Amino acid sequence: MPDKKRTVRVPIGPQHPALKEPESFMVDLQGEKISSVALRLGYNHRGIEKGCEERTYMQDLYLVERVCGICSHSHATAFIQAVEEIAGLEIPRRAKYIRTLIAELERVHSHLLWLGVAGHEIGFDTLLMYSWRDRELVMDLFAELTGNRVNYAMNTLGGVRRDIAAEQVPHIQKIVDALEERTKYYIELAMTEETLAQRLSGVGYLSKEDAIRLGAVGPTSRASGADRDTRRDDPYAAYDELDFKVITDDHCDVFGRTVVRLGELMQSYSMIRQILKQMPEGPIAVKAPLKIPAGEAVSRYEAPRGEDVHYVRANGTDRPERVKVRAPTLANTQSVAKMLEDGYLADLPIVVAAIDPCFSCTDRTIAVQGNGDSKTMGWEELVRYGVRWYRDRGVDPSRIKVRGDGLA
Amino acid sequence: MNVARKMVRWGQRKSPWILHFNTGACNACDIEIIAALTPRFDLERFGVLLKGTPRHCDIMACSGPVTRQIESRLVRIYEQVPEPKLVVAVGSCATSGGVFSGLYNVKGGIDQVIPVAAYIPGCPASPQAIIDGFAKLLKTLEEGK
Repeated sequence: MPDKKRTVRVPIGPQHPALKEPESFMVDLQGEKISSVALRLGYNHRGIEKGCEERTYMQDLYLVERVCGICSHSHATAFIQAVEEIAGLEIPRRAKYIRTLIAELERVHSHLLWLGVAGHEIGFDTLLMYSWRDRELVMDLFAELTGNRVNYAMNTLGGVRRDIAAEQVPHIQKIVDALEERTKYYIELAMTEETLAQRLSGVGYLSKEDAIRLGAVGPTSRASGADRDTRRDDPYAAYDELDFKVITDDHCDVFGRTVVRLGELMQSYSMIRQILKQMPEGPIAVKAPLKIPAGEAVSRYEAPRGEDVHYVRANGTDRPERVKVRAPTLANTQSVAKMLEDGYLADLPIVVAAIDPCFSCTDRTIAVQGNGDSKTMGWEELVRYGVRWYRDRGVDPSRIKVRGDGLA
Repeated sequence: MNVARKMVRWGQRKSPWILHFNTGACNACDIEIIAALTPRFDLERFGVLLKGTPRHCDIMACSGPVTRQIESRLVRIYEQVPEPKLVVAVGSCATSGGVFSGLYNVKGGIDQVIPVAAYIPGCPASPQAIIDGFAKLLKTLEEGK
Protein backbone atom coordinates (compact mmCIF):
# COMPACT_ATOMS: atom_id res chain seq x y z
CA MET A 1 0.00 0.00 0.00
CA PRO A 2 1.73 3.20 -1.10
CA ASP A 3 2.01 6.03 1.36
CA LYS A 4 -0.72 8.52 0.47
CA LYS A 5 1.15 11.46 1.91
CA ARG A 6 4.13 11.02 -0.33
CA THR A 7 4.28 13.26 -3.33
CA VAL A 8 4.91 11.61 -6.67
CA ARG A 9 6.39 13.78 -9.36
CA VAL A 10 5.16 13.21 -12.90
CA PRO A 11 7.02 14.98 -15.66
CA ILE A 12 4.75 15.55 -18.64
CA GLY A 13 6.46 16.79 -21.69
CA PRO A 14 8.46 18.38 -23.06
CA GLN A 15 7.35 17.65 -26.59
CA HIS A 16 4.84 20.18 -27.64
CA PRO A 17 6.20 21.40 -30.88
CA ALA A 18 3.24 23.62 -31.57
CA LEU A 19 4.36 27.14 -32.17
CA LYS A 20 7.01 28.62 -30.02
CA GLU A 21 5.40 27.40 -26.88
CA PRO A 22 6.16 23.73 -26.42
CA GLU A 23 5.46 23.09 -22.81
CA SER A 24 6.45 20.76 -20.09
CA PHE A 25 4.44 20.20 -16.94
CA MET A 26 5.99 18.90 -13.74
CA VAL A 27 2.99 17.51 -11.94
CA ASP A 28 3.21 16.71 -8.23
CA LEU A 29 0.70 14.09 -7.21
CA GLN A 30 -0.69 13.18 -3.82
CA GLY A 31 -2.54 9.99 -4.44
CA GLU A 32 -4.61 10.78 -7.50
CA LYS A 33 -4.85 14.48 -6.76
CA ILE A 34 -2.58 17.03 -8.34
CA SER A 35 -1.00 19.18 -5.63
CA SER A 36 1.07 21.51 -7.75
CA VAL A 37 2.11 22.05 -11.32
CA ALA A 38 5.28 23.70 -12.56
CA LEU A 39 5.59 24.84 -16.14
CA ARG A 40 8.60 24.84 -18.38
CA LEU A 41 8.66 26.43 -21.78
CA GLY A 42 11.18 26.75 -24.54
CA TYR A 43 11.63 23.33 -26.10
CA ASN A 44 11.31 22.82 -29.77
CA HIS A 45 12.08 26.31 -30.70
CA ARG A 46 12.72 26.84 -34.39
CA GLY A 47 14.01 30.40 -34.35
CA ILE A 48 11.32 31.96 -36.51
CA GLU A 49 11.71 35.43 -35.03
CA LYS A 50 15.41 35.51 -35.82
CA GLY A 51 14.74 34.00 -39.23
CA CYS A 52 12.35 36.86 -39.97
CA GLU A 53 15.18 39.34 -39.62
CA GLU A 54 17.12 37.61 -42.37
CA ARG A 55 14.27 37.51 -44.85
CA THR A 56 12.32 40.17 -46.70
CA TYR A 57 8.84 41.17 -45.59
CA MET A 58 7.19 39.08 -48.30
CA GLN A 59 9.25 36.01 -47.37
CA ASP A 60 8.50 36.63 -43.70
CA LEU A 61 4.81 36.47 -44.43
CA TYR A 62 5.16 32.84 -45.52
CA LEU A 63 7.42 32.02 -42.60
CA VAL A 64 5.12 33.65 -40.04
CA GLU A 65 2.15 31.83 -41.54
CA ARG A 66 3.88 28.62 -40.53
CA VAL A 67 4.24 29.54 -36.88
CA CYS A 68 1.10 27.48 -36.52
CA GLY A 69 -0.66 25.36 -39.06
CA ILE A 70 -4.07 25.71 -37.45
CA CYS A 71 -4.28 29.46 -37.02
CA SER A 72 -2.00 30.29 -39.92
CA HIS A 73 -4.19 33.15 -41.14
CA SER A 74 -4.12 34.64 -37.64
CA HIS A 75 -0.36 34.94 -37.50
CA ALA A 76 -0.04 36.12 -41.08
CA THR A 77 -2.72 38.78 -40.59
CA ALA A 78 -1.36 39.98 -37.27
CA PHE A 79 2.10 40.32 -38.82
CA ILE A 80 0.97 42.01 -42.00
CA GLN A 81 -1.24 44.46 -40.08
CA ALA A 82 1.77 45.62 -38.12
CA VAL A 83 3.86 46.04 -41.28
CA GLU A 84 1.06 47.93 -43.02
CA GLU A 85 0.72 50.22 -40.04
CA ILE A 86 4.43 51.11 -40.18
CA ALA A 87 4.29 51.64 -43.93
CA GLY A 88 1.14 53.73 -43.58
CA LEU A 89 -0.76 51.56 -46.05
CA GLU A 90 -4.53 51.75 -46.07
CA ILE A 91 -5.78 48.50 -47.56
CA PRO A 92 -8.99 48.42 -49.67
CA ARG A 93 -12.24 47.66 -47.84
CA ARG A 94 -12.87 44.59 -49.96
CA ALA A 95 -9.50 43.19 -48.86
CA LYS A 96 -10.48 43.80 -45.23
CA TYR A 97 -13.71 41.88 -45.76
CA ILE A 98 -11.93 38.96 -47.42
CA ARG A 99 -9.41 38.83 -44.56
CA THR A 100 -12.27 38.75 -42.08
CA LEU A 101 -14.09 36.06 -44.04
CA ILE A 102 -11.03 33.79 -44.00
CA ALA A 103 -10.48 34.60 -40.32
CA GLU A 104 -14.00 33.52 -39.39
CA LEU A 105 -13.83 30.38 -41.54
CA GLU A 106 -10.59 29.60 -39.75
CA ARG A 107 -12.33 29.99 -36.40
CA VAL A 108 -15.02 27.58 -37.57
CA HIS A 109 -12.48 24.97 -38.63
CA SER A 110 -10.44 25.42 -35.47
CA HIS A 111 -13.39 25.17 -33.07
CA LEU A 112 -14.78 22.10 -34.83
CA LEU A 113 -11.32 20.57 -34.61
CA TRP A 114 -11.24 21.39 -30.89
CA LEU A 115 -14.64 19.83 -30.34
CA GLY A 116 -13.43 16.59 -31.85
CA VAL A 117 -10.18 16.57 -29.88
CA ALA A 118 -12.03 17.30 -26.64
CA GLY A 119 -14.38 14.42 -27.45
CA HIS A 120 -11.40 12.14 -27.99
CA GLU A 121 -9.82 13.11 -24.66
CA ILE A 122 -12.93 12.10 -22.72
CA GLY A 123 -13.38 8.84 -24.63
CA PHE A 124 -16.14 10.14 -26.89
CA ASP A 125 -14.55 9.22 -30.21
CA THR A 126 -17.85 9.30 -32.06
CA LEU A 127 -17.86 13.06 -31.59
CA LEU A 128 -14.31 13.25 -32.97
CA MET A 129 -15.32 11.42 -36.12
CA TYR A 130 -18.50 13.45 -36.65
CA SER A 131 -17.06 16.88 -35.98
CA TRP A 132 -14.00 16.19 -38.14
CA ARG A 133 -16.26 14.98 -40.89
CA ASP A 134 -18.19 18.26 -40.67
CA ARG A 135 -14.90 20.15 -40.59
CA GLU A 136 -13.99 18.74 -44.00
CA LEU A 137 -16.69 20.99 -45.46
CA VAL A 138 -14.77 24.06 -44.27
CA MET A 139 -11.52 22.58 -45.55
CA ASP A 140 -13.11 22.14 -48.98
CA LEU A 141 -14.15 25.75 -48.85
CA PHE A 142 -10.60 26.82 -48.03
CA ALA A 143 -9.26 24.78 -50.92
CA GLU A 144 -11.80 26.44 -53.20
CA LEU A 145 -11.30 30.01 -51.99
CA THR A 146 -7.57 30.11 -51.31
CA GLY A 147 -6.05 27.16 -53.15
CA ASN A 148 -4.85 25.28 -50.10
CA ARG A 149 -6.51 23.46 -47.22
CA VAL A 150 -4.14 24.86 -44.61
CA ASN A 151 -1.57 27.70 -44.78
CA TYR A 152 -3.83 29.62 -47.13
CA ALA A 153 -1.36 32.38 -48.07
CA MET A 154 -4.29 34.72 -48.59
CA ASN A 155 -2.54 37.84 -47.32
CA THR A 156 -0.11 39.99 -49.15
CA LEU A 157 1.42 43.32 -48.28
CA GLY A 158 -1.33 45.82 -49.02
CA GLY A 159 -4.31 43.49 -49.30
CA VAL A 160 -5.16 39.92 -50.26
CA ARG A 161 -4.02 37.71 -53.11
CA ARG A 162 -7.28 36.22 -54.31
CA ASP A 163 -10.71 37.65 -54.87
CA ILE A 164 -13.98 35.97 -53.96
CA ALA A 165 -16.01 35.48 -57.14
CA ALA A 166 -19.76 36.14 -57.10
CA GLU A 167 -20.41 32.51 -58.12
CA GLN A 168 -18.67 31.28 -55.00
CA VAL A 169 -20.99 33.12 -52.62
CA PRO A 170 -24.03 30.76 -52.83
CA HIS A 171 -21.72 27.80 -52.26
CA ILE A 172 -20.24 29.38 -49.13
CA GLN A 173 -23.76 30.11 -47.88
CA LYS A 174 -24.84 26.54 -48.48
CA ILE A 175 -21.95 25.16 -46.48
CA VAL A 176 -22.50 27.64 -43.67
CA ASP A 177 -26.17 26.60 -43.49
CA ALA A 178 -25.22 22.92 -43.30
CA LEU A 179 -22.64 23.58 -40.59
CA GLU A 180 -25.07 25.71 -38.60
CA GLU A 181 -27.52 22.81 -38.49
CA ARG A 182 -24.80 20.51 -37.19
CA THR A 183 -23.60 23.05 -34.62
CA LYS A 184 -27.14 23.54 -33.31
CA TYR A 185 -27.28 19.81 -32.81
CA TYR A 186 -23.94 19.79 -30.98
CA ILE A 187 -25.18 22.58 -28.71
CA GLU A 188 -28.31 20.56 -27.98
CA LEU A 189 -26.11 17.54 -27.29
CA ALA A 190 -23.85 19.48 -24.92
CA MET A 191 -26.79 21.05 -23.08
CA THR A 192 -28.97 17.98 -22.66
CA GLU A 193 -26.59 15.05 -22.44
CA GLU A 194 -26.13 14.29 -18.78
CA THR A 195 -22.95 12.29 -19.25
CA LEU A 196 -21.17 15.24 -20.83
CA ALA A 197 -22.28 17.55 -18.03
CA GLN A 198 -21.04 15.06 -15.44
CA ARG A 199 -17.74 14.61 -17.20
CA LEU A 200 -16.99 18.26 -17.89
CA SER A 201 -18.62 20.27 -15.10
CA GLY A 202 -16.30 21.46 -12.38
CA VAL A 203 -13.27 20.10 -14.21
CA GLY A 204 -10.39 22.55 -14.65
CA TYR A 205 -11.94 25.34 -12.60
CA LEU A 206 -10.54 28.82 -13.24
CA SER A 207 -12.22 31.71 -11.42
CA LYS A 208 -12.73 35.07 -13.09
CA GLU A 209 -10.13 36.71 -10.81
CA ASP A 210 -7.57 34.04 -11.66
CA ALA A 211 -8.34 34.28 -15.37
CA ILE A 212 -7.63 38.00 -15.29
CA ARG A 213 -4.64 37.71 -12.95
CA LEU A 214 -2.99 34.97 -15.02
CA GLY A 215 -3.69 36.73 -18.29
CA ALA A 216 -5.89 34.09 -19.87
CA VAL A 217 -7.05 34.93 -23.38
CA GLY A 218 -9.70 33.83 -25.84
CA PRO A 219 -12.36 31.24 -25.03
CA THR A 220 -10.43 30.25 -21.89
CA SER A 221 -10.93 33.69 -20.34
CA ARG A 222 -14.43 34.18 -21.73
CA ALA A 223 -15.56 30.89 -20.22
CA SER A 224 -14.48 32.30 -16.86
CA GLY A 225 -16.69 35.33 -17.31
CA ALA A 226 -13.89 37.73 -18.33
CA ASP A 227 -15.47 39.66 -21.15
CA ARG A 228 -12.53 40.19 -23.49
CA ASP A 229 -12.45 40.00 -27.24
CA THR A 230 -10.01 41.89 -29.42
CA ARG A 231 -12.50 41.84 -32.28
CA ARG A 232 -14.79 44.11 -30.26
CA ASP A 233 -12.33 45.91 -27.96
CA ASP A 234 -9.81 46.89 -30.62
CA PRO A 235 -11.45 46.21 -33.99
CA TYR A 236 -9.23 45.39 -36.95
CA ALA A 237 -10.04 44.39 -40.54
CA ALA A 238 -13.83 44.63 -41.01
CA TYR A 239 -14.96 43.78 -37.49
CA ASP A 240 -16.11 47.32 -36.67
CA GLU A 241 -18.73 47.00 -39.41
CA LEU A 242 -20.05 43.63 -38.30
CA ASP A 243 -22.68 42.90 -35.73
CA PHE A 244 -21.76 40.14 -33.31
CA LYS A 245 -21.98 39.17 -29.67
CA VAL A 246 -19.03 38.23 -27.52
CA ILE A 247 -19.96 34.90 -25.97
CA THR A 248 -19.15 34.57 -22.29
CA ASP A 249 -20.06 31.99 -19.73
CA ASP A 250 -19.74 31.79 -15.97
CA HIS A 251 -19.27 28.06 -15.54
CA CYS A 252 -15.49 28.68 -15.33
CA ASP A 253 -14.80 25.02 -16.20
CA VAL A 254 -14.29 22.81 -19.23
CA PHE A 255 -18.05 22.68 -19.74
CA GLY A 256 -18.10 26.49 -19.95
CA ARG A 257 -15.26 26.43 -22.48
CA THR A 258 -17.28 24.03 -24.61
CA VAL A 259 -20.36 26.25 -24.41
CA VAL A 260 -18.33 29.35 -25.33
CA ARG A 261 -16.73 27.69 -28.35
CA LEU A 262 -20.03 26.33 -29.63
CA GLY A 263 -21.60 29.78 -29.15
CA GLU A 264 -18.73 31.38 -31.02
CA LEU A 265 -19.31 29.00 -33.92
CA MET A 266 -22.88 30.30 -34.22
CA GLN A 267 -21.58 33.89 -34.10
CA SER A 268 -19.04 33.09 -36.81
CA TYR A 269 -21.77 31.76 -39.12
CA SER A 270 -23.75 34.93 -38.62
CA MET A 271 -20.64 37.04 -39.31
CA ILE A 272 -19.84 35.09 -42.48
CA ARG A 273 -23.37 35.77 -43.75
CA GLN A 274 -23.01 39.48 -42.99
CA ILE A 275 -19.64 39.60 -44.74
CA LEU A 276 -21.06 37.97 -47.87
CA LYS A 277 -23.98 40.39 -47.87
CA GLN A 278 -22.02 43.58 -47.15
CA MET A 279 -18.83 42.89 -49.09
CA PRO A 280 -18.02 46.06 -51.05
CA GLU A 281 -16.81 46.03 -54.63
CA GLY A 282 -13.40 47.31 -55.56
CA PRO A 283 -9.73 46.37 -55.74
CA ILE A 284 -8.32 43.71 -53.41
CA ALA A 285 -4.85 45.14 -52.93
CA VAL A 286 -2.88 48.35 -53.11
CA LYS A 287 0.68 48.63 -54.34
CA ALA A 288 3.12 48.25 -51.49
CA PRO A 289 6.74 49.37 -51.26
CA LEU A 290 9.47 46.77 -50.87
CA LYS A 291 11.30 48.88 -48.32
CA ILE A 292 9.38 49.74 -45.21
CA PRO A 293 10.24 53.06 -43.50
CA ALA A 294 11.69 52.99 -40.00
CA GLY A 295 9.13 52.60 -37.24
CA GLU A 296 7.48 50.09 -35.00
CA ALA A 297 4.00 48.72 -34.49
CA VAL A 298 2.09 46.28 -32.33
CA SER A 299 -0.77 44.40 -33.86
CA ARG A 300 -3.50 42.54 -31.96
CA TYR A 301 -5.63 39.82 -33.47
CA GLU A 302 -8.27 37.55 -31.98
CA ALA A 303 -7.14 34.10 -33.10
CA PRO A 304 -9.41 31.08 -32.45
CA ARG A 305 -7.37 30.38 -29.31
CA GLY A 306 -7.22 33.93 -28.05
CA GLU A 307 -5.41 37.15 -28.55
CA ASP A 308 -2.36 36.95 -30.78
CA VAL A 309 0.12 39.83 -30.53
CA HIS A 310 2.79 40.67 -33.09
CA TYR A 311 5.42 43.37 -32.74
CA VAL A 312 7.44 44.52 -35.73
CA ARG A 313 10.24 47.08 -35.87
CA ALA A 314 11.33 48.32 -39.27
CA ASN A 315 14.56 50.15 -40.08
CA GLY A 316 14.00 51.43 -43.58
CA THR A 317 15.29 48.35 -45.42
CA ASP A 318 13.35 45.48 -46.98
CA ARG A 319 13.89 43.34 -43.88
CA PRO A 320 12.47 43.90 -40.40
CA GLU A 321 14.85 44.66 -37.55
CA ARG A 322 12.85 42.76 -34.98
CA VAL A 323 9.76 40.60 -34.98
CA LYS A 324 8.14 39.35 -31.79
CA VAL A 325 5.24 36.93 -31.64
CA ARG A 326 3.14 36.30 -28.55
CA ALA A 327 0.89 33.40 -29.45
CA PRO A 328 -2.33 32.77 -27.47
CA THR A 329 -1.36 29.37 -26.07
CA LEU A 330 1.62 30.97 -24.34
CA ALA A 331 -0.76 33.32 -22.54
CA ASN A 332 -2.93 30.42 -21.47
CA THR A 333 -0.29 28.05 -20.13
CA GLN A 334 -0.18 29.77 -16.73
CA SER A 335 -3.92 29.30 -16.40
CA VAL A 336 -3.56 25.60 -17.18
CA ALA A 337 -1.21 25.18 -14.25
CA LYS A 338 -3.84 26.82 -12.03
CA MET A 339 -6.70 24.75 -13.47
CA LEU A 340 -4.87 21.50 -12.85
CA GLU A 341 -4.24 22.21 -9.16
CA ASP A 342 -6.46 20.16 -6.84
CA GLY A 343 -7.78 18.26 -9.83
CA TYR A 344 -7.35 14.59 -10.61
CA LEU A 345 -4.68 13.11 -12.85
CA ALA A 346 -7.53 11.58 -14.87
CA ASP A 347 -8.70 15.08 -15.78
CA LEU A 348 -5.34 16.21 -17.08
CA PRO A 349 -5.88 15.38 -20.77
CA ILE A 350 -9.17 17.25 -21.05
CA VAL A 351 -8.00 20.24 -18.98
CA VAL A 352 -4.92 20.67 -21.14
CA ALA A 353 -7.01 20.13 -24.28
CA ALA A 354 -9.59 22.66 -23.09
CA ILE A 355 -7.32 25.65 -23.69
CA ASP A 356 -6.90 24.28 -27.20
CA PRO A 357 -3.14 24.20 -27.31
CA CYS A 358 -2.01 23.43 -30.82
CA PHE A 359 -2.87 19.97 -29.92
CA SER A 360 -1.70 17.12 -32.08
CA CYS A 361 1.74 17.99 -30.83
CA THR A 362 1.04 17.49 -27.19
CA ASP A 363 3.19 15.21 -25.26
CA ARG A 364 3.62 11.58 -25.87
CA THR A 365 6.16 10.36 -23.38
CA ILE A 366 5.38 10.57 -19.74
CA ALA A 367 7.48 8.88 -17.12
CA VAL A 368 5.70 8.16 -13.88
CA GLN A 369 8.33 7.95 -11.18
CA GLY A 370 7.72 6.80 -7.67
CA ASN A 371 9.51 4.76 -5.10
CA GLY A 372 12.64 4.52 -7.17
CA ASP A 373 11.08 2.68 -10.10
CA SER A 374 9.55 4.44 -13.04
CA LYS A 375 6.95 3.70 -15.64
CA THR A 376 6.53 5.24 -19.01
CA MET A 377 3.08 6.36 -19.93
CA GLY A 378 2.19 7.78 -23.32
CA TRP A 379 -0.34 10.52 -23.80
CA GLU A 380 -2.71 7.95 -25.33
CA GLU A 381 -2.28 5.78 -22.30
CA LEU A 382 -3.03 8.70 -20.02
CA VAL A 383 -6.17 9.39 -22.04
CA ARG A 384 -7.21 5.76 -21.65
CA TYR A 385 -6.46 6.00 -17.95
CA GLY A 386 -8.74 9.04 -17.67
CA VAL A 387 -11.50 7.35 -19.65
CA ARG A 388 -11.28 4.22 -17.51
CA TRP A 389 -11.16 6.22 -14.29
CA TYR A 390 -14.43 7.91 -15.12
CA ARG A 391 -16.04 4.78 -16.51
CA ASP A 392 -15.42 3.06 -13.18
CA ARG A 393 -17.36 5.93 -11.64
CA GLY A 394 -20.26 5.51 -14.03
CA VAL A 395 -19.46 8.28 -16.51
CA ASP A 396 -19.01 6.88 -20.00
CA PRO A 397 -19.43 9.35 -22.88
CA SER A 398 -18.79 6.63 -25.46
CA ARG A 399 -22.33 5.40 -24.85
CA ILE A 400 -23.81 8.64 -26.12
CA LYS A 401 -25.55 8.11 -29.43
CA VAL A 402 -24.77 10.77 -31.98
CA ARG A 403 -27.18 11.39 -34.78
CA GLY A 404 -25.61 11.56 -38.21
CA ASP A 405 -27.08 12.93 -41.38
CA GLY A 406 -26.30 12.98 -45.06
CA LEU A 407 -23.45 15.50 -44.81
CA ALA A 408 -20.19 15.03 -46.71
CA MET B 1 13.53 -15.42 -45.00
CA ASN B 2 12.27 -17.55 -42.15
CA VAL B 3 8.59 -18.12 -41.49
CA ALA B 4 8.29 -15.75 -38.52
CA ARG B 5 9.83 -12.92 -40.49
CA LYS B 6 7.52 -13.62 -43.41
CA MET B 7 4.53 -13.47 -41.07
CA VAL B 8 5.66 -10.11 -39.68
CA ARG B 9 6.16 -8.75 -43.17
CA TRP B 10 2.72 -9.95 -44.18
CA GLY B 11 1.11 -8.36 -41.14
CA GLN B 12 2.99 -5.14 -41.71
CA ARG B 13 1.74 -4.99 -45.27
CA LYS B 14 -1.87 -5.78 -44.49
CA SER B 15 -2.21 -3.65 -41.38
CA PRO B 16 0.65 -1.23 -40.75
CA TRP B 17 0.41 0.53 -37.41
CA ILE B 18 1.76 4.01 -37.50
CA LEU B 19 3.25 6.31 -34.93
CA HIS B 20 2.80 9.95 -35.60
CA PHE B 21 5.77 11.95 -34.38
CA ASN B 22 6.01 15.70 -34.61
CA THR B 23 9.63 16.74 -34.87
CA GLY B 24 8.98 20.47 -34.84
CA ALA B 25 6.23 20.93 -37.41
CA CYS B 26 3.82 23.83 -37.47
CA ASN B 27 0.92 21.45 -36.82
CA ALA B 28 -0.55 21.59 -40.30
CA CYS B 29 0.79 18.20 -41.43
CA ASP B 30 -0.16 16.68 -38.08
CA ILE B 31 -3.74 17.80 -38.48
CA GLU B 32 -3.75 16.47 -42.04
CA ILE B 33 -2.49 13.08 -40.83
CA ILE B 34 -5.37 12.94 -38.33
CA ALA B 35 -7.77 14.17 -41.03
CA ALA B 36 -6.63 11.28 -43.23
CA LEU B 37 -7.80 8.92 -40.50
CA THR B 38 -11.26 10.48 -40.06
CA PRO B 39 -14.37 9.47 -42.07
CA ARG B 40 -13.87 11.51 -45.24
CA PHE B 41 -10.53 9.89 -46.12
CA ASP B 42 -10.49 6.92 -43.78
CA LEU B 43 -6.94 5.62 -44.03
CA GLU B 44 -8.07 2.80 -41.79
CA ARG B 45 -9.56 0.97 -44.75
CA PHE B 46 -5.97 0.06 -45.67
CA GLY B 47 -5.54 -1.37 -42.21
CA VAL B 48 -3.59 1.66 -41.04
CA LEU B 49 -4.04 2.30 -37.34
CA LEU B 50 -2.64 5.21 -35.37
CA LYS B 51 -0.80 4.10 -32.25
CA GLY B 52 0.34 6.07 -29.25
CA THR B 53 3.58 4.31 -28.44
CA PRO B 54 6.62 3.60 -30.60
CA ARG B 55 6.87 0.03 -29.30
CA HIS B 56 3.63 -0.94 -31.04
CA CYS B 57 4.22 0.55 -34.43
CA ASP B 58 5.67 -0.47 -37.79
CA ILE B 59 5.83 2.87 -39.54
CA MET B 60 6.87 6.23 -38.13
CA ALA B 61 5.16 9.15 -39.79
CA CYS B 62 7.36 12.14 -38.99
CA SER B 63 6.29 15.67 -39.73
CA GLY B 64 8.29 18.84 -39.48
CA PRO B 65 11.92 19.87 -39.68
CA VAL B 66 14.19 18.35 -37.05
CA THR B 67 14.93 20.95 -34.42
CA ARG B 68 18.06 20.67 -32.29
CA GLN B 69 16.12 19.85 -29.14
CA ILE B 70 14.07 17.11 -30.76
CA GLU B 71 17.01 15.45 -32.51
CA SER B 72 18.09 13.17 -29.65
CA ARG B 73 14.47 12.32 -28.85
CA LEU B 74 13.79 11.41 -32.47
CA VAL B 75 16.71 9.00 -32.43
CA ARG B 76 15.54 7.56 -29.10
CA ILE B 77 12.00 7.04 -30.35
CA TYR B 78 13.31 5.54 -33.60
CA GLU B 79 15.37 3.05 -31.62
CA GLN B 80 12.30 2.03 -29.64
CA VAL B 81 10.38 1.02 -32.75
CA PRO B 82 10.74 -2.75 -33.31
CA GLU B 83 12.34 -4.06 -36.51
CA PRO B 84 11.48 -4.14 -39.38
CA LYS B 85 10.64 -0.44 -39.27
CA LEU B 86 10.02 2.24 -41.83
CA VAL B 87 10.02 6.01 -41.63
CA VAL B 88 7.79 8.24 -43.71
CA ALA B 89 8.58 11.96 -43.93
CA VAL B 90 5.28 13.82 -44.23
CA GLY B 91 5.39 17.32 -45.66
CA SER B 92 7.97 19.58 -47.21
CA CYS B 93 9.66 20.39 -43.90
CA ALA B 94 10.18 16.73 -43.06
CA THR B 95 11.51 16.16 -46.56
CA SER B 96 14.05 18.96 -46.71
CA GLY B 97 13.51 21.48 -43.95
CA GLY B 98 11.19 23.42 -46.23
CA VAL B 99 10.43 26.97 -45.26
CA PHE B 100 12.39 26.56 -42.05
CA SER B 101 15.69 25.55 -43.63
CA GLY B 102 18.46 27.86 -42.54
CA LEU B 103 16.92 28.79 -39.20
CA TYR B 104 19.50 28.49 -36.44
CA ASN B 105 17.65 25.84 -34.49
CA VAL B 106 16.67 23.62 -37.40
CA LYS B 107 18.77 20.66 -38.59
CA GLY B 108 16.86 20.08 -41.82
CA GLY B 109 14.86 17.10 -43.07
CA ILE B 110 14.23 13.87 -41.18
CA ASP B 111 16.84 12.08 -43.33
CA GLN B 112 19.57 14.16 -41.70
CA VAL B 113 19.04 12.10 -38.57
CA ILE B 114 17.38 8.75 -39.38
CA PRO B 115 16.89 6.76 -42.61
CA VAL B 116 13.68 7.58 -44.46
CA ALA B 117 11.75 5.12 -46.66
CA ALA B 118 9.21 7.46 -48.25
CA TYR B 119 8.79 11.19 -48.73
CA ILE B 120 5.37 12.84 -49.01
CA PRO B 121 5.74 16.43 -50.23
CA GLY B 122 3.30 19.28 -49.76
CA CYS B 123 2.88 22.19 -47.39
CA PRO B 124 0.99 20.69 -45.75
CA ALA B 125 0.80 17.27 -47.39
CA SER B 126 -2.89 16.84 -48.20
CA PRO B 127 -4.72 13.75 -46.90
CA GLN B 128 -4.92 12.51 -50.50
CA ALA B 129 -1.14 12.76 -50.82
CA ILE B 130 -0.68 10.99 -47.50
CA ILE B 131 -2.95 8.13 -48.60
CA ASP B 132 -1.09 7.93 -51.91
CA GLY B 133 2.25 7.88 -50.15
CA PHE B 134 1.21 5.10 -47.81
CA ALA B 135 -0.36 3.08 -50.63
CA LYS B 136 2.87 3.32 -52.66
CA LEU B 137 4.98 2.37 -49.66
CA LEU B 138 2.80 -0.68 -48.97
CA LYS B 139 3.11 -1.65 -52.62
CA THR B 140 6.91 -1.60 -52.51
CA LEU B 141 6.70 -3.82 -49.43
CA GLU B 142 4.55 -6.22 -51.38
CA GLU B 143 7.10 -6.37 -54.15
CA GLY B 144 9.65 -7.20 -51.49
CA LYS B 145 11.88 -4.24 -52.09
